[in-house]
Amino acid sequence: MTEKDFLCLVPFLILATVPVVIMIVVSILRNYNVVFGFSVLSLLAAFSSIFFIFPSVPHAIEPLFIIDAYSLFFLGIIIISALLVTFLSYDYIKQLTGVREEYYIVLFTSTLGAALLAVANHFVIFFLGIETLSISLYILIAFQRSKSNSIEAGIKYLILASVSSAFLLFGMALIYTASGTMQFTEIVKSFGAGSQLSPIVLSGFGMMMVGIGFKLALVPFHMWTPDVYQGAPAPVSAYVATVSKGAVMSVLIRFFFNLKGFDNQYLFVSISGIAILSMFVGNILAIRQKNIKRLLGYSSIANMGYLIIILLTGSDKGIQASVFYLISYFFTTIAAFGVIALLSTNEYEAEKIEDFKGLFWKRPGIAIVFTLSLLSLAGIPLTAGFIAKFYVILEGMNAGLMVLIISMIINSVIGLYYYLRIITMLFSSGNESKLPELSFIGNITLAITGAGILLLGIYPGWLIDIIVRFVSL
Amino acid sequence: MILIYLIVILLTGAFLAWITGKKSSEWPRIISLAALSIDLLIIIIYVLNSFPLDKSWLIDIKLDWIPAFGISFHLALDGLSLVMLILTFFLGIISVIISWKEINSKVGFFHFNLLLILAGITGVFLSLDLFLFYFFWELMLVPMYFLIGIWGHENKTSASNKFFLYTQASGLLMFIAIIALYFVHGHSTGLYTFDYLQLLGTAMNGPTAMLIMLGFLAAFLVKLPVVPLHNWLPDAHTEAPTAGSLILAALLLKTGAYGLLRFVVPLFPSASVTFAPIGMLLGVAGILYGAKLAFAQTDLKRLVAYTSVSHMGFVILGVFSFNELAYQGVVIQMVAHGISTGALFILVGQLYERIHTRDINRMGGLWEKAPVMGAIGLIFSMASLGLPGLGNFVAELLILIGVFKANVLMSCLASLGLIAATIYSLRIVQKVFLGKKNTDWTMNDLTIREKAVSASLVIAILWLGLFPKPVLDTAKPAILKTLNKQKEISYESPVSNSEKILCDPSCNPLCTFVVKNNSFKHKGTLSKAQSNTKEEQDN
Repeated sequence: MTEKDFLCLVPFLILATVPVVIMIVVSILRNYNVVFGFSVLSLLAAFSSIFFIFPSVPHAIEPLFIIDAYSLFFLGIIIISALLVTFLSYDYIKQLTGVREEYYIVLFTSTLGAALLAVANHFVIFFLGIETLSISLYILIAFQRSKSNSIEAGIKYLILASVSSAFLLFGMALIYTASGTMQFTEIVKSFGAGSQLSPIVLSGFGMMMVGIGFKLALVPFHMWTPDVYQGAPAPVSAYVATVSKGAVMSVLIRFFFNLKGFDNQYLFVSISGIAILSMFVGNILAIRQKNIKRLLGYSSIANMGYLIIILLTGSDKGIQASVFYLISYFFTTIAAFGVIALLSTNEYEAEKIEDFKGLFWKRPGIAIVFTLSLLSLAGIPLTAGFIAKFYVILEGMNAGLMVLIISMIINSVIGLYYYLRIITMLFSSGNESKLPELSFIGNITLAITGAGILLLGIYPGWLIDIIVRFVSL
Repeated sequence: MILIYLIVILLTGAFLAWITGKKSSEWPRIISLAALSIDLLIIIIYVLNSFPLDKSWLIDIKLDWIPAFGISFHLALDGLSLVMLILTFFLGIISVIISWKEINSKVGFFHFNLLLILAGITGVFLSLDLFLFYFFWELMLVPMYFLIGIWGHENKTSASNKFFLYTQASGLLMFIAIIALYFVHGHSTGLYTFDYLQLLGTAMNGPTAMLIMLGFLAAFLVKLPVVPLHNWLPDAHTEAPTAGSLILAALLLKTGAYGLLRFVVPLFPSASVTFAPIGMLLGVAGILYGAKLAFAQTDLKRLVAYTSVSHMGFVILGVFSFNELAYQGVVIQMVAHGISTGALFILVGQLYERIHTRDINRMGGLWEKAPVMGAIGLIFSMASLGLPGLGNFVAELLILIGVFKANVLMSCLASLGLIAATIYSLRIVQKVFLGKKNTDWTMNDLTIREKAVSASLVIAILWLGLFPKPVLDTAKPAILKTLNKQKEISYESPVSNSEKILCDPSCNPLCTFVVKNNSFKHKGTLSKAQSNTKEEQDN
């Protein structure tokens, strides 16, 4: 291991060491605030270490890792989202009875898993990362052991995720038999890419798509989403929707683009089908939901449907669009779940649409952030979601994917309908339900996400310039 | 910079109104009034200083926004947008004044939304970058949605949802069309830009141009609205608070008309000619169907809403007849309809404030109680039916004359709309102010504030009717610019070129043959016809 290898792995070392340190600290002194503060500082340290690595990329640590600007970008997004989720968790977890400090340990291990996916260049790291992520998520989802919803969600996720991992492994094995290597870049060399993919590789990739589709909650592998989103603690739902999906997306993009899957007509058709199905099923099922967490779950299915259009563009520009889309989606989703998390108490989870009735007249600040995030999900101008959708549509049309773009447009209108329903509720009058006092940290987090949504919506030029300059495969 | 100030002043006013609204309900009103008055003053001072207004673009400002995609913050002012801006600020001031007593809850947020809509409309009238245009186009929607959804009447939720979904869905189609245009232009010239002036001469083949134009048309025709797509309008107008209806009818609908003049006709000169017969047909259908439905309403506000459909039919009819007279009529119609229909909505609002009903059957004989209100109602009903001397007459006459040049049949059918307008307008006066007293309402006549509002609107509509020249002169360069684009393209089109060469004997020796041949044929047919007639005579 050279010095450069070591330098490049610093963020991962930080993410791996912190859980151990917290474990030791907790066994000596249980103090919630200390653990929280330490977690935040470590995440900040991990994030700033990215800037030190930046001059020395691209750098490959054979055969497992590849650290380039693309993976550092995703790493940054993952760590920032984990940081925001940590902020959100502060009050939510603090009011729980029983052990609470362990939450941050598991949050770190899952972030480590997600971060590994961003730099994976090898099936081993791919699988290791996805399993580290998943196993930590089982615990996080079922963290409120006293609630039956939470346990149910945890078990559901556990069983389905194990099955999907089996598919993923089997798919990897098939590709390995055909190519004799597990390194992404080598696989292509051994049998060519695009339209020359052999049936065995295609079926291998199909198997892998089952596992990946499960993690991204694409139709028809989406069944777990609403239940898990509903049962998990709100910050964890935010985490599942953002960090977990973003990380899996990063490795999917890398693998798919290495394979040049977009040139293969079978893959092209099946990915298009999955995308269109995800959009329609997600949006149509969301219409009738009365529970906001479930609704956001369905909306995330649709959003992932929009995002995988990018896979078929087959250009660096498409990847850049997906990075922008993910950043804006992360801010938006964390803001939405943040509002739910901050309004929930130990006894009562604010998750029914009626709970938000007239919120604007009681807590204008929090309602504005929620409105912004809903408008952003719907893709209305002034918000990040609009620019993100515009970017995806632009690159989609550039690649001539008219059918996908048109179904995206149709779905934007369907989606608008249920987002409007919540917004109407926020601004209608009359509400008897009591609202908890908001904490300082919660307010700051919401302010950051809200400002992020507006900033990226009004003046996205700088971020797009950065992405265009650095992100490419 | 003036143009940026106009928008920034409105936005600042919006936020100030919201913040101060928490402490008192007077401040938001004063701030909004001040912001709009400053904007109006700026524009008027500008007009007085830079007379005569004969340049094609009076002010033009361009800043980088998202350079990676060729998107710029490009605002420009010409005669057409100048006229629309003055209308916007004038009616904006009026909408603040009429809400002074009507809106009593959540005053700060109300004015925030009001100013935000007006900022969006201002942006729409000024932007010369298609992305920016779409941005402002959508910016108008959300606050309007709140305005209807929060301060509206009984069915406000469904009305506001309908409004939002209709306009958003059609807006997205336009968005796709804008991006398609961006790529068509980019692929053919290598310059990827959303700039209107760059995109103007984009070369496209027929079907592409048609498809892209239909995307634009979807947004504008829904907004205008044109008959099969007008369903959102009566609900939205009826349920909105008075200021909301005023802005919807007087300004928001005009953005659709403006879009047709500014974007559809110049960007797609030949495709719009192909579409013209359908466009005119839709216009006539709108005029007659809107008038018929207006006549059938018992809800006074709904009635006025349907008259908008009818009046906007004239606009689309005029736009698709491609001649200067009709375009001048369209500009006057946009202003005159804004004022007259706005005034009628204000009147309905004032009635509702006093007698708490909009049902036309429960009114009657109100003239005795409120003679001033009756007189105002009479004036604007007369304006609506196109009485000479009032603005709408000038507009509709110009449009009809213009259309007559282009298509006689359509012109004749459209003029039937004037009769229908007479019927429904007189019905308003007869049912509301004259006739038998149905209930003994106790009501006051207009207050001084309301009188001032109505008087200013009456002056405006009289001025338009008696001396429309300033408006026509201001808008003329912009109109000619639009029409010239049309002419250039139709001369350059390959078909007419080849015909020109074929039929000019001096440049093509073959032609003499063709011409001779033609003349032979001609003679042949002539002689045949003569012989036919001879035979007939013989028989």
